[in-house]
This record gives sequence, C-alpha cells and structure tokens, in this order.
Amino acid sequence: MSINHDQLIDMVDKIPTFQESVHRILALTTSPDCSAKDLVQVIEHDPILTIKVLKLVNSAYFGLSQEVTSVNHSVVYVGINTIKNVAISVATTGALPKTNKAGLNMNHFWSHSLAVGVIAKLLAENKGVKKNEQANYFVGGLLHDIGKVLFAHFIPTDYQHVLQKAEADGIPLHQAEKELLGFDHSEIGAMVAEKWQLPSELISSIRNHHLTEEKDQSSLSLAIYAANQAAHYLALMTQALLDENDTEKTLLKAAIIDNDLPQSVKDWLGWPLAEVSKWLSNLDEEIDKALAFIDLSDGE
Amino acid sequence: MMIINLRGVRGSIPVPGKDTVKYGGNTTCIEITTDEGDTIIIDGGSGIRQLGNELMQQLPVNCSIFITHTHWDHIQGLPFFIPLFVPGNNIDIYGSFDPVYMKDLKTILAQQMEYCYFPVRESELNANIRYNNLKEGEAIRIGSATVTPILINHPVLNFGYKIESNGKRFFFTGDYEPPLNIYQPEDEEYSEYQRLINQQKQILTDFIQGVDVVVADCQYTREEYPSKKGWGHGTHDGCIEIARDANVGALYFTHHDPMRTDQQLDEIYRDVMARGDLPPTRFYTAMEGLKIEL
Repeated sequence: MSINHDQLIDMVDKIPTFQESVHRILALTTSPDCSAKDLVQVIEHDPILTIKVLKLVNSAYFGLSQEVTSVNHSVVYVGINTIKNVAISVATTGALPKTNKAGLNMNHFWSHSLAVGVIAKLLAENKGVKKNEQANYFVGGLLHDIGKVLFAHFIPTDYQHVLQKAEADGIPLHQAEKELLGFDHSEIGAMVAEKWQLPSELISSIRNHHLTEEKDQSSLSLAIYAANQAAHYLALMTQALLDENDTEKTLLKAAIIDNDLPQSVKDWLGWPLAEVSKWLSNLDEEIDKALAFIDLSDGE
Repeated sequence: MMIINLRGVRGSIPVPGKDTVKYGGNTTCIEITTDEGDTIIIDGGSGIRQLGNELMQQLPVNCSIFITHTHWDHIQGLPFFIPLFVPGNNIDIYGSFDPVYMKDLKTILAQQMEYCYFPVRESELNANIRYNNLKEGEAIRIGSATVTPILINHPVLNFGYKIESNGKRFFFTGDYEPPLNIYQPEDEEYSEYQRLINQQKQILTDFIQGVDVVVADCQYTREEYPSKKGWGHGTHDGCIEIARDANVGALYFTHHDPMRTDQQLDEIYRDVMARGDLPPTRFYTAMEGLKIEL
C-alpha cells in the first residue's frame, strides 16, 4: 500500500495553483485606485476562483433576490469592494479538494484546522508577536493538516485503511500514515505549501507539526505544534464533560497530551495546556463563524 | 397619517456650527411614524440621539431600527440611543449580515461598544433587543407597515428601504452611487456590462415606481462628481433621473457633504432647480427636523 515519492509529487502537482491569482489580487488591491476591470480579469482567468466567488455571492449569506451569473454581474450587483473582499477570502481559504471517498470528515477537519489557527494566533498575541506577523500563525494553523485532504482525495481507498487503522489501534493518524503509506500528511502538506510559494517559515511549521526532536524551531513552528496539541487537548476536555462513562480515561488522554509535549514546545509555551482554556472563552463562536464561511466557499 | 421626521441629513460626519444651523449637522437618521403609531427608524447616525431622548418621554419604548449599512455615519449614534439602556423597552434592530467579514449586527454593535471606544458594553444594554438579519426583497411587517430592503450600490453591502403603510409609500436610498461601467466603450465587455447596469437600474425603478416620497443620497454636484467616482455617493442629477424614471411624487436631496454651508446648499438647490426639463416631481433639500406628512 505504501506510496513512493513520485506519487507524492504527482498528487501535489494535481492541486490547483491559486497563489498567482491571490498574489495578483493582493497586489491589485493594495492600491487605492485598484482598477475594477483588472480585478475582474484576474478572477475570471481563474475558473475555480470564479466559481467560488459566484457560489458565495449566490449563497444564503448574501440573501440576494436574483441569481448572479457572472463576475461582472456580481460587481454590478454587490459592488466592486465586496467582490474584492470575497475574492481575497475565497482565494485564501480554499484551493483544496472538497470531497473525498476515504471517509475523512471535512467538517471535523476544518473545525480542528480553524481551532488550531485561532489558538496559534492567540498564542502569538500572548507571546508578543508583532501584529502584522500574527496572520501567519492563523494561516499556519489553518493549513497544518492539509496533507490529510490530499491523501483522502487522491488515494481514498488506501486512506480509508489508514483512518480505520488509527481508529482501531487508538494511534495518532500521522503514525498510521507513516506505517501504511510511508509518508505522513505533514510531509505532503509542506510540499503543497512549497508549491503555493508560502513563506518558508510557514512551510516548516507544516512539516514539523508532529516532529518531537526538531532543533532550532522557529516561534511559528512551536506555536503551530502547541496550538495543534492544545486543540486536541480541549476537544478531549469537552468530550470528558459530555461522556460521563469514559471521563477518567478521556482526562488521562488529555493529561498525556499535555505531558508529552516536546521540551522545546513546553519551554516556549511556559505553562501547561490546561492553562490555555482560560483565555479561549469565545473560541467556539469564532470557529463556528469561520467554519460557515469555509463551507460556503467550498460550495459543497 | 405617515410622518417622516428627518433627524439627521448629513453624510460622513456630524458638523455642528453656525454654518449648518439651517439644514442641521447630524448624520443620517430618519424616524417614521405610521398611522397606527408604530415607530420605524432608519439608521443610527448622530441624529438618533435626540430622537432617543424624545422617545424616552413615554415608556416603554417600542421601535424598530433598520440599518442601511454599518459605515460610521449610519451607526455612530446608536451607543447614545438611551432607550437601549432601559429595561422594559423593546427594540428590534434590522440589517444585513456582513458575509465578507462574517459579522452580524450584534457583533458590529458589540465591537463599537468595546471599552476602548465606549464606557458601556453591548452586553450591558438592558432593553429587550432583538437582532434580525435581512434578506433582499424580504418584507418585514411592523404593525400596519411593511419595510422591504433592496440592495443598492455602495462600497459595502447596503440596503435601500421602502416603507409602505395604508397606501402610503416612502423610500430611502441609503447611500447610493448608481453603478458605473468599469469598461471603456472600445472594450469588448462594455455593452454586456452596460446591459447589466441598465437591468439593475430597472430593478430599482420598478421597486420604487410611483412612491410618494424619496429621500436620496446626492452628496456631490455634477461638477464635483468626476473626482469622486467610486466613493459610493450620488449626484442631484442622478436623483432627478431616478425621480423621473420612477414617477416619484417628491424627492429630498440628502447626505449633504460635511463641507457644505447652509448658504452653499441653498445655492446648489437654486442651480439644480434652474435646469430645464425637470420631471414633475417636487424637489427639496432635506433639512434636519423637517416632518414630512403623508
């Protein structure tokens, strides 16, 4: 069942590039005199972006009384500024496959990814990371697991076995991936990030989010690692509250996660994961909102 | 009788002072009282403060506030709207969910009232406040009246509101700049885009066909407009065109540029009225405190 490096590269190649459109949209829109005509052209030349913009504008969130059928139509109808913002949001939230036959639950996937993004950004704030760099922490969290989506999409049957093995053996998914496929999702995720020409620190943070002995990790990598474990920890704490029969077992699992943090992450964090929940009171609300948006832009 | 009380007619920012006494310095707020005494308020610009004080004379206050869009000059008076603070008052707030920033009105108001901006938080408001997200074209019933939103062009999602009650019909454009063709006549897409614009204009014209009164954004004169394209505001000439196409009974020019003195507003009005070929619509300059009775 294991896959080779060429197959991995092949999967990465099939992922649509959205970076160029995004770069061009961002470049265009940094100018206050951004030409509406140029912006429409960039969107129209990217069919995926076009479809997503139209899907979002026609979604229940906008509540339009008539169907918008083209990018030009959407500009006339909801205005160039709105379309500019929609394009930026849509382009940056999803060039990933929408469905998979492997049984990877995409809602869980996104809610976990968002939780990690939100927590990573909060950690960054807490650690005094500059405001303009905090966005990288959110994006890093959001994208850290994208490799799972690629596996689920391109090798659904194999990945179904991986998911089943992780469940049956009670082991982390990345471990099951390594055992059955030979690679784990952090590796392919980092390759996609490279293809998208994301900043090198971001690529490393995706690649390293399960490594326990990496030396000289950047603050971003440490934050993504910590945020990922914090999200798992919080999910277990919630589960412990809901499921009275298994409370002790679940709490123990959570404690293990906290205990097993690599020393570098512990040092950077400065306090146990149990402390994280204290300043995350509106995490669920933030995640719900962002999740609704991502569902929409994925259009499924 | 439907009474339309103009509580604030300025755009952008309040401008008190000796040069703005006649037309007033408060930003957008319109109070509508229906035959049956229902109070409908459009926008919470600074003009809503005085309205709130007056409403407080008879408790409990029951009213519905419709927000066109959440730019400052349309919401800046809300934290100073006293009825929001008093238990027993019932206030419905309506507006668009912002799908770009994923924020509803409650979130926007809560952010506006964070401690760094204001000493009282949204969660400390004691009235019974209900937030309602509107959909374009979906009419809301308020007592004897219906309020129907239509999406109109501005740099953010922005509603115009039509209010109908017992055969009387009023329309407020909110902020509105008629859509512009983003292509040049020589571009291939020009005519298709123009078709879409014309279609859009027709939708608005049909929506307000024959209404009794329109209060419309005409922040700029036609001479000023070329340097203000895309800023989201209309001109007197654009409003006149709307009035003509939709057979509007009376139209009030509003969203006065904050730079205008009373004297300048009078001069502009005289210039505009001196134009030939005006439609039979009665035109006025919107004035704070003016009550229009229908």
